[in-house]
Amino acid sequence: MSTQETPTPAAADPTAAAVPADLQDERLIASQGVGGWASATWGRLRSGDLGSAPVVIGLVLIWGVFYALEPAFLSSRNLVNLTLQMVAVGTISIGVVLVLLLGEIDLSIGSMAGLSAAILAVLFVAQQTSVIVAILTALGAGAVVGLAYGFLYNRFGVPSFVITLAGLLALLGLQLRVLGDQGTINLPFESSLVRFASQQFLPVWLAYALAVLAPALYALASIRRNSRRAEAGLSTAPMSRLVLRAVGLAAILVIVVAVLNRDRGVSYMFLTFLLLVVVMDLAIRRTTWGRSVLAIGGNVEAARRAGINVKRIYLSVFTLCSTFAALGGIFAASRLASANQSSGGGDTNLNAIAAAVIGGTSLFGGRGSAYSALLGILVIQSISNGLDLLSVESNVKFMVTGAVLLLAVIIDSISRRSRAAHGRA
Amino acid sequence: MTTTSPAPVLSMTGVSKRFGAVQALKDIEFSVEAGEVVALVGDNGAGKSTLVKAIAGVYTPDEGQVVFDGTPVQISSPAEAQQLGIATVFQDLALCDNLDVVGNLFLGSEVVRNRALDEVTMEKESWRLLRELSAKIPSVRIPVASLSGGQRQTVAIARSLLGKPKVVMLDEPTAALGVAQTAEVLNLVERLRENGLGVILISHNMSDVMAVADRVVVLRLGRNNGEFRVSDTNVQEIIAAITGATTNAVSARAARKAPHQEEQS
Repeated sequence: MSTQETPTPAAADPTAAAVPADLQDERLIASQGVGGWASATWGRLRSGDLGSAPVVIGLVLIWGVFYALEPAFLSSRNLVNLTLQMVAVGTISIGVVLVLLLGEIDLSIGSMAGLSAAILAVLFVAQQTSVIVAILTALGAGAVVGLAYGFLYNRFGVPSFVITLAGLLALLGLQLRVLGDQGTINLPFESSLVRFASQQFLPVWLAYALAVLAPALYALASIRRNSRRAEAGLSTAPMSRLVLRAVGLAAILVIVVAVLNRDRGVSYMFLTFLLLVVVMDLAIRRTTWGRSVLAIGGNVEAARRAGINVKRIYLSVFTLCSTFAALGGIFAASRLASANQSSGGGDTNLNAIAAAVIGGTSLFGGRGSAYSALLGILVIQSISNGLDLLSVESNVKFMVTGAVLLLAVIIDSISRRSRAAHGRA
Repeated sequence: MTTTSPAPVLSMTGVSKRFGAVQALKDIEFSVEAGEVVALVGDNGAGKSTLVKAIAGVYTPDEGQVVFDGTPVQISSPAEAQQLGIATVFQDLALCDNLDVVGNLFLGSEVVRNRALDEVTMEKESWRLLRELSAKIPSVRIPVASLSGGQRQTVAIARSLLGKPKVVMLDEPTAALGVAQTAEVLNLVERLRENGLGVILISHNMSDVMAVADRVVVLRLGRNNGEFRVSDTNVQEIIAAITGATTNAVSARAARKAPHQEEQS
């Protein structure tokens, strides 16, 4: 970028004055322009810093295979179904990403989702309370359970694996107890919850507006950041890359919206999920809390010595995880219009954890992003949806999902090793 | 070298510390002036670590007086030591490998703007800090894992400087480093001295001590066992003080190897 700067004639060290503060080291291979960016990205991928590349490639492969076997897979109708199906487990998966970032685990998310669905249904249908009260109570139950996990973890130092394994059983029992003899409680189809989860879609104009607005906001934020960096004498991202990214993002979003709008459109529930992902991503990357979470995931002792209140972070993360699980349970109950003894059972638990890992969040802590919940659940739900379309039995479904999970974990381990070898661990 | 400043920034007199029946420190005298590098040496179990921890606020001495910057103080916790202006870089550095240099430098004291992390200010400040130390770090946006041992030490030292300390304590900063990286860290120590900080250097490596220290304080079995100005002493004399004898395993070995040259350093 030194070429774009005006040379300062009188300076004793002209390079030091003209080159941004962060690009002065002669050993730094400065990448310039779009070409430089591309080669830097390639170098990062080769060294094992894969980010979301494997999951995106995997997704393209999966979609390609299913499309070849059953063209209806990529129909607008089925894709809208896909967006509706993935929200519940995807939401649970956001919470899983958070505990994984700490290097911990929550195995009870499925039971928590089931319990929350049961509480919601009992309050809303049997006790006739308002929707708001029912939702808040279910979420509150999640928060209380998470606080309890955090307390147990901080106070007794029991591994989260064991605490939440106990929680899995206890919450399952609680779920059955809350449901009582009835076993199954159906939510009325005309209720706002059920309509929100399956019938309410964004107006066409609003969907397109959001698809353009989001990249515009991104571009605006980047430009403002650039000008602040320039003011501070730091390097700035080239305008061409910025524009390319924003336009690319807009193009993807507009295409997605266009495809979905050929059928019912973008549902409010799906939009809620996307917003949660974006908000949590910002919380992880841009706040002191998120930085503390990453630091603890990387090196607890260092975080503690740096003065971070480690216990409070553990407490907050376990609480958030269980609350997200409760929210996922509410979405699931609303979508299926019922809560029963098997709510949150079966593969919910493992799918939510698998989604986070497949999406690229490391099991070893300190590495990952909220977007892995979105990408991971997209992969898992695509497989499940595609195999359903091919009317494959559920035994095959489980095996295929298991294989994909194993593949994801292997990629995580290999890239971790490669990162270590390339000094990017 | 720098003997101009009259009052030491940190001085300890008559400091003692017992652990049950063990007298870890007994009547220790220790001081460091601004712009001075004091090496603290001694064999294993001599009480170096105990003294370091007493200064860092991990242990409170049973007896003795600590004067910091002219006022008597009681350092009862690491946080208090930091607030006073005593920064400690422990041997294991305590860095988060997954965070970048900026993230590590500002860990626990992040700059916040509009409730979000102010990465721009932090990055600018990081560069200022690293330039001040003439540190050789190619980029502050790479994970700390990809830095060399010397660079990691640099980051840890730079982080200790964020709180604008008056005394910096380095625990074995060159223990795990190669030749070039050791030189890098020694340069850094000299830079700290030039910036007017009091530096306490704990090291087993005599050549490092001779290279950068102004004064050497020797501990032996929990007591002061000599204090030397580096300009008018030699390694043999210091080693004699460390081991407590003029004839010891080290000097005997040296004498055997080079019987005609007693005075080599």
